[in-house]
Amino acid sequence: MPTAAPLTSTTIDGAIDHLQTTYPKAVSVDDREGYGGIIVDSAQLLDVARVIRDELGFDYLSSATAVDYLGAGDHMEMVYHAYRSSGGGALVFKAQTERDHAEIPSLVSVWRGADFQEREAWDLYGIHFPGHPNLKRILMWEGFHGHPMRKDWREAYYEEEQKPFDSRWPGGHVHRAEEKNVFGKNVSYPREIDLSRLMDTSESAVYQSLGLGVDVERVMDKDGFETNELVVNMGPHHPSTHGVFRMVLTVDGETVTSLEPVMGYLHRNHEKIGERNTYLHNIPFTDRLDYISSMGNNHGYVLAVEQLLSLGRRYNEPTYRCEVLRVLMVELSRIVNHLWAIGFWLNDIGAFFTPVLYFIQERERILDFFEAVAGSRMMCNYMRFGGLFGDLPERIKSVSNLTNDRARDYNTIQFLTEMVSERIPRTIDELEQLLTQNEILIERSVGVGVLSAEDAINYSAAGPLLRGSGVPYDIRRADPYSIYDELDFDVAVEDAGDMYARYRVRVKELRESVRILRQLLPRLEATEGQSIWADGKPGAYAPRVPLGEAYGRVENGKGELGYYIVSAGGKSGTSNPWRYHVRAPSFINLTPMGIMSQGYKVADIVGILGSIDIVLGETDR
Amino acid sequence: MYGTGLAKGLMLTLRHFVDSYIDDIRYGFRKYSHSVDNFGIRQGTQTKGVITVQYPDEKVAVPERFRFVPFLIVEDEDHPTRAGKDWCTSCGICAKVCPPQCIWIVRGNDPDTGRPVPEPEAFFIDIDICMNCGYCAEYCPFDAIKMDHDYELASYDRTTHHIHDKERLSKPNSYWRSIAPTRAYEEMLARGTWEHKDAAKEARRGQSSSRRSAPRPAAKAAPAPAVKEAQPTPEPAVSAAPVAEGSTPWSEDDAKREERRRKALERKARRAAKRGG
Repeated sequence: MPTAAPLTSTTIDGAIDHLQTTYPKAVSVDDREGYGGIIVDSAQLLDVARVIRDELGFDYLSSATAVDYLGAGDHMEMVYHAYRSSGGGALVFKAQTERDHAEIPSLVSVWRGADFQEREAWDLYGIHFPGHPNLKRILMWEGFHGHPMRKDWREAYYEEEQKPFDSRWPGGHVHRAEEKNVFGKNVSYPREIDLSRLMDTSESAVYQSLGLGVDVERVMDKDGFETNELVVNMGPHHPSTHGVFRMVLTVDGETVTSLEPVMGYLHRNHEKIGERNTYLHNIPFTDRLDYISSMGNNHGYVLAVEQLLSLGRRYNEPTYRCEVLRVLMVELSRIVNHLWAIGFWLNDIGAFFTPVLYFIQERERILDFFEAVAGSRMMCNYMRFGGLFGDLPERIKSVSNLTNDRARDYNTIQFLTEMVSERIPRTIDELEQLLTQNEILIERSVGVGVLSAEDAINYSAAGPLLRGSGVPYDIRRADPYSIYDELDFDVAVEDAGDMYARYRVRVKELRESVRILRQLLPRLEATEGQSIWADGKPGAYAPRVPLGEAYGRVENGKGELGYYIVSAGGKSGTSNPWRYHVRAPSFINLTPMGIMSQGYKVADIVGILGSIDIVLGETDR
Repeated sequence: MYGTGLAKGLMLTLRHFVDSYIDDIRYGFRKYSHSVDNFGIRQGTQTKGVITVQYPDEKVAVPERFRFVPFLIVEDEDHPTRAGKDWCTSCGICAKVCPPQCIWIVRGNDPDTGRPVPEPEAFFIDIDICMNCGYCAEYCPFDAIKMDHDYELASYDRTTHHIHDKERLSKPNSYWRSIAPTRAYEEMLARGTWEHKDAAKEARRGQSSSRRSAPRPAAKAAPAPAVKEAQPTPEPAVSAAPVAEGSTPWSEDDAKREERRRKALERKARRAAKRGG
C-alpha cells in the first residue's frame, strides 16, 4: 500500500491532489467534457474510500448511484458524492466496471449509508457488490428477472426510447395504455424460479425467503425468560406505515431485536420514466415524489438542470425576483411538511387526528396560496429552468362560474403578510401549547429511537433526523444555494437524538422558516415589477442541455434531496437526460431504521418510523 | 406540577370545540342559506373554530390559474368571420410537451391538395393519463388549448367516457374569458389582439378571412358544456355574449366526425404503406 502524502489543502482540489499523489495509479481525474471529480480503479476503491473518509474528512456519503453507458463506452459506473459534515462542496468519485459481469467492491464497511443505495444499484442495474452484508433486491421483488434501469431493458408499456412519441402527432392513433399491455409476453422467469413454489401459502415460506436466520417453525426459549423469539410482519397495509410499507420485526417478547424495512410496493421506476422523458417533462413528475412538498422537489431538479445549462452559452441566471419567489414557495412547503410530519407522528403515538387536524387548517391556507399561484394545491409544477410558471397573481381568488365566487377573495400580498406575520406563528404557538410540555408525549418520546451523531452521519441520515442527533448540518448553510446565504436564520439542532429531539428540531425549523418568510416580504416588495425571466420571456420547451453531469441538492423538509443528472448533450439529438437519479431522503433515512429500533418495544416502532418522516412516493420512486 | 402540560393542551382542544359551536349557533339556519357572504366569512381567514365546506352543496370557487384537464378553444358562434372555427392549428407542440403523452392529434390535410391545413382533423386527450400539469396550455403558441376549471368528471364507465375527442374538448372562447378574465386579458396583450393570431394576420393582409372555410352548419342539439352565466369580461373588444341554451355551435355531427377520422386514418395508412414499400 502506498504511503500517504501529507495533506496540504482542505479544498476539494486539494483533496483530489492528495488522492492523486497517494494513489497515482488508481486515481485519475475525470476529464470527460462536462464531468468532474475523479475516477478510481475499482480494485483500490475501498482503500481510497477510507482515505477519503478518514484522512480527508469526507465523512458523509450523500449519494451513491449507477449509470449505464451503453453505446457510450459500454461500461457501468458507480458515482459517489461525499461531503464533509462540517460543510462545503462534494468530492465526486467514480468507479467503472464492464456491463456483463459488473462488479464493484461494496463501501458499506466505510459508509453504512451505502447499504440501501448499493442494493438499489444491484436491483436496478445488476452491479454486484462483493462485501455487501445483505445484497438483495430492494425495490423489485426477489425473483424478478432482469435489471430494469439498464438501457437495453424495456418495460411492459414500452412505446419508444424517448418522448415525445412519434405516434402522437401528426398521426394521432389514439389507444388506451392497457390495449398495449404486454404482460405475459415481456416477463420471463429465471430457471430456478418454480412458479408452483410461488403459490406456497404457509407463512414460514415468506419469512424464510428473507433469510433472517430465525427458525420461525421452532419455538425457542431464552435463558431466564419464558419468551419466544418470533418474527412479526408489520404491513404493507398497516395504518402506521404511512402507505404501503412493510417492516419485518424479530421480537423477543415485546422487545425488538432486529428490524428490516421492506419496500418497493409503490415502485414505478420513476428514474426510467425520467430518462424516457424530456428535461421539461420531468418537472411535474418530481411533484409526485414527496407529494407533501412538491415545491422543494421542483427546486432541486431545476437547480440540477440549471447547473448543466450554465455550461452552455445561451443561459441566463434566474432573476432575483425569481429566486425570492422560489425560496418563498420552498419555505412555505417546508412549513406544510413539518406540520404534516408532526401531526402524523402524533397519530402514530396515539394522539389520533386531533392535533393533525388543527395543524392542517393552516396548511390548507398555504395550499390555497399555492393553488392561486401555481394552479394546483399539491402537484404544483411551479418551477422552470431559469424561471417560474408565473409571477404572483394580484388576487388569491378570482371570478369563476361557480357559486360562492367571492368567498376567499384576497389581495395576494395582504394574504401572504397576514399568513406570515399572524396565522402561521399562531399555529406554531398552538402546536407548542398542545404538545411540547405534554407529559404523555414526553414519556412516549424522550429516550426512544436514539440515533447517535456518529451513526447519523455514517448512515447518511439527513434532515431533521440528522439534526436531531446533534449534527448541525443544513444544506442551506453548509452548501448554500439560491439566496440562502443572504438570509438570516439559524440551523435547528438538538443533541439527544431521540424522537422528542426530532420533534423539537421540526418546531424550531417551523419558526426559522417563518423568520425567513419575514425577510422575503420586503424583498418581494422591492422587486415588484421585475420579470421572473432574465430575458423577459419564458424559456423554451426543449432547451439544449450541454454535455455533462450535475448534482443539484436542496434541503427539503425530509432531508437532503438530490438529483444526479447526466446529459448526453447533442449526442442523442434530443432533449432527454441520459441519467436521472433521485437521491431520496425518505429512502436513505430508512437505512438506520434497524439500529434505531433495536431494544425498543413494538409500540415504539410505529413512533420511530413516524419520527423519521417518510413519504412512500419518494421512498419507492 | 405533573399534568400541567397536559391540562394546557386540553384547554386548547376545549377552545376549538367551543369556538366551532359558537360559530354554528351564531349563524343558526343561515349557514344553510348558500349566501356568498355567510360562506365567505365562515371560510375566511378570521373565522374561529373548525368549519367544513359541505361539498357538493357548497363549493369553494377555484382560482383563475386552477388547472384541470385541457379543453380546446373554438371561436364563438356570433363571431363575424370565424364562427365555430378552431383556434388550434395542429402544430403539435402540446403533444410534444405533454409529460405523460396523453394528447393525440390528427393533423388536418386539404382533401384536394393533400397539404397540411392549420386545423386539426381529430384531437384526443385521454383524461385517465392526463396529469393536469398545464404544459399544453403554457406552451401553446396560439393560446388554443387551455386548462379547465370543471373538476367533476367522474363517470360510470371509463372505457367510453375518458378519452375526450374534439367535440367533447371544444369550448367557446367566451367560456375561457369567463373563467379566466385576467389571463385572457394578459394573453390579449401578448398577442396584441383579441383575435386569433392568424385571423389578425389575414385581416392585416386585407384578405377575406372566410376564404378557406364556410361557417359550419349548426349541429344537432347536444347537452351544452358547463357554460352557465358567462360573466362580463374586462375588455370585450369582440362581443362575448353567452351562448344560448341548447345550441352547440362548436360541436360536430358524429357521423361526419367519424367519416373525417376514417379518411385521416386511411391517408395515414397509405402513407405508411408508401414508406414501407
